[in-house]
Amino acid sequence: MKKAVSMLLIAAMVVSGLTACGSSSKKADDKFYIGGIGPTTGGAAIYGTAVKNAAQIAVDEINEAGGIDGHQIEYKFEDDQHDPEKSVNAYNTLKDWGMQILMGTVTSGPCVAVVDKTGQDNMFQVTPSASSTDVIVNGNVFQICFTDPNQGTASAQYIGDNKLASKVAVIYNSSDVYSSGITDKFLEEAKGQDFEVVATEAFTEDSKTDFSTQLKKAQDAGAEMVFLPIYYTEASVILKQADTMGYAPKFFGCDGLDGILDVENFDTSLAEGVMLLTPFAADAEDEATQDFVKKYKDAYGDTPNQFAADAYDAIYTIKAAIEEAGATPDMNVSDLCDALKEAMPNISIQGLTGGEEGLNWEATGEVIKQPKAVIIEKGAYVGM
Amino acid sequence: MKKLFGTKNMKKTTKDSFITYAMVILVFLIVQIMVGTGSMSSLLQGLLVPLCIYSIAAIGLNLCVGYLGELSLGHAGFMCVGAFSSAFFTKYMMDTGMNEILRFIIALIIGTLTAAFFGFLIGIPVLRLRGDYLAIVTLAFGEIIKNVMNVLYIVKDKDGLHFSMSDAASLNMAEEGTFLINGPKGIIGTPHQSTFTIGVILILVSLFVVYNLVNSRSGRAIMAIRDNRIAAESVGIPITKFKLMAFTLSAAIAGMGGVLYAHNLSTLTALPANFGYNMSIMLLVFVVLGGMGSFRGSIIAAVLLTMLPEVLRGLSDYRMLIYAVVLIAMMLFNWAPKAIEWRQRHSLKDMFTKKTKGVQ
Repeated sequence: MKKAVSMLLIAAMVVSGLTACGSSSKKADDKFYIGGIGPTTGGAAIYGTAVKNAAQIAVDEINEAGGIDGHQIEYKFEDDQHDPEKSVNAYNTLKDWGMQILMGTVTSGPCVAVVDKTGQDNMFQVTPSASSTDVIVNGNVFQICFTDPNQGTASAQYIGDNKLASKVAVIYNSSDVYSSGITDKFLEEAKGQDFEVVATEAFTEDSKTDFSTQLKKAQDAGAEMVFLPIYYTEASVILKQADTMGYAPKFFGCDGLDGILDVENFDTSLAEGVMLLTPFAADAEDEATQDFVKKYKDAYGDTPNQFAADAYDAIYTIKAAIEEAGATPDMNVSDLCDALKEAMPNISIQGLTGGEEGLNWEATGEVIKQPKAVIIEKGAYVGM
Repeated sequence: MKKLFGTKNMKKTTKDSFITYAMVILVFLIVQIMVGTGSMSSLLQGLLVPLCIYSIAAIGLNLCVGYLGELSLGHAGFMCVGAFSSAFFTKYMMDTGMNEILRFIIALIIGTLTAAFFGFLIGIPVLRLRGDYLAIVTLAFGEIIKNVMNVLYIVKDKDGLHFSMSDAASLNMAEEGTFLINGPKGIIGTPHQSTFTIGVILILVSLFVVYNLVNSRSGRAIMAIRDNRIAAESVGIPITKFKLMAFTLSAAIAGMGGVLYAHNLSTLTALPANFGYNMSIMLLVFVVLGGMGSFRGSIIAAVLLTMLPEVLRGLSDYRMLIYAVVLIAMMLFNWAPKAIEWRQRHSLKDMFTKKTKGVQ
């Protein structure tokens, strides 16, 4: 038995692990336990980290101001590495911790897996940025961001209504739920609009470093505008390569492009004239945004992106829903969920991403708000 | 006669396999008791099925790496095939009112057979070659499968099934059609049917199959090929046949793990994280760490390494760092010559049997 010692070590570890987790956490009855889930490591870490930090700011603000109806908030964030399986593990970890309300998850794919679990447990969930329609199926989940289809439709309408171009090419990530979801609806809506889609070029997660083929095809097809329903890291590469090959169309993107000005070693002059549909611009003039951006910069040394703003709004949405429902922390998870579900369609908050009319919700969980487009001018987002 | 049933007269290999079965059943009983008395955290309860999934996949890979002696870097690809084919079937049959247990069993068989079929297809040309070709081809296979799943659209409506490899719009789907496979979104809404009991049963089944194979005439032929191909060929062992047999079986077991995976989460997507080559290498780590050729070791390594990052969640940002350090430490402990020597000197068994054993 060569492995006897190692077996013993394993046994010891497993047992200690079991007992450590087995002892359920001591819960204070007068506090709301809000958990968050998102990727803070791995490829999508930037989104998860933004959500984690921004939600922390919102929680601290609320706690300083006396809490929700006098009840403080306990907040804890778990990493899911943008993986559905890890996300469910994170959810279970938070349940052990005593979570009553979930603010998450950040990315769509893992969120679908977690939604299934919150549906079973009947736990109230607000997701800041999971934009897939498959997220809002059980009635206990509410979104802060637009759904993917809405973004695709809104983009096509915006381009058509404002006559931004007559020939449009699309470059999208076919292996990404967000990107292909927008593209599908964009193409559908584009048929009825006053412009022509001349090229639809895909790339995948494994081939996102060279876009010269896709750009060449768009150029050959004579596209005046390239629609980029993708995230900003890839978009920055596309802009760079388009510039190198001397192709200068207009670029139009969705909220995933937000953050392009902060990409390291990226010449921001290339992004001049890029238009994007986003609910949040960090240099907006209003007091709430300025205050939030300042706090975020002071605490984390970074300019918050749209994900951060969504998370900040998500926490305040939960607060508003609790106040509307008159819920208290001693309610059990399921009762709390039922009460908050009832309250959601009746509340309205201004928030950072609400625009002029604020955020409202359908009973299904879908958000109602105005789409906003911004254009990048002189290295800053300017409202259109 | 009585002595026949004692452990002393038992063949070493039989004893080895019985220890493994006993270990799995013991863990199963302990877990059942803990769940029954409510002393197990939700995190661990949620982890039980994934632990079974990775144990099964590691058993499958160990057959290929440890006994066949061929390096496969595409076992996540076989898991992917098993997962998608079974989930596709389940989703297709979902509104027909078929008995759920029967449906799951058929899905399990379909997933396993599809993975076996792909293993067989790949094995035909590649296993005839010598050298590291299998590693290269399986690596490519895993990546191809993952990418194919990401562009595959299948919908079901009143006219039957529609397929597309380009986008959802070209399917001409009728109004009330449902997506079975929706490109990068994969399969959504698979019922949650994998349970810990099923997982343990499948572990036992795969253990039973592999133990019986490696201790049989075929198994000895497979090991003979691994140890010396020319010698095996010269005594008339049909090399390709036995290689194909072991490889197909290995792929089938991995596919079985995939079926469990597909029915554990309500979303099934082919991401680099779950079915990419990273996962194939992770499985290889389980096998190497647990000891090549030791199925028990594979299970222990799979359980330990899957649990570790989750149990370490308390350390937040440092957990991945600690995970890596533990990985290195375990690898050294298991395989470094000095560590092996130290282990032999301090072996627990020796401590208990010192008096009878004498000088070693």
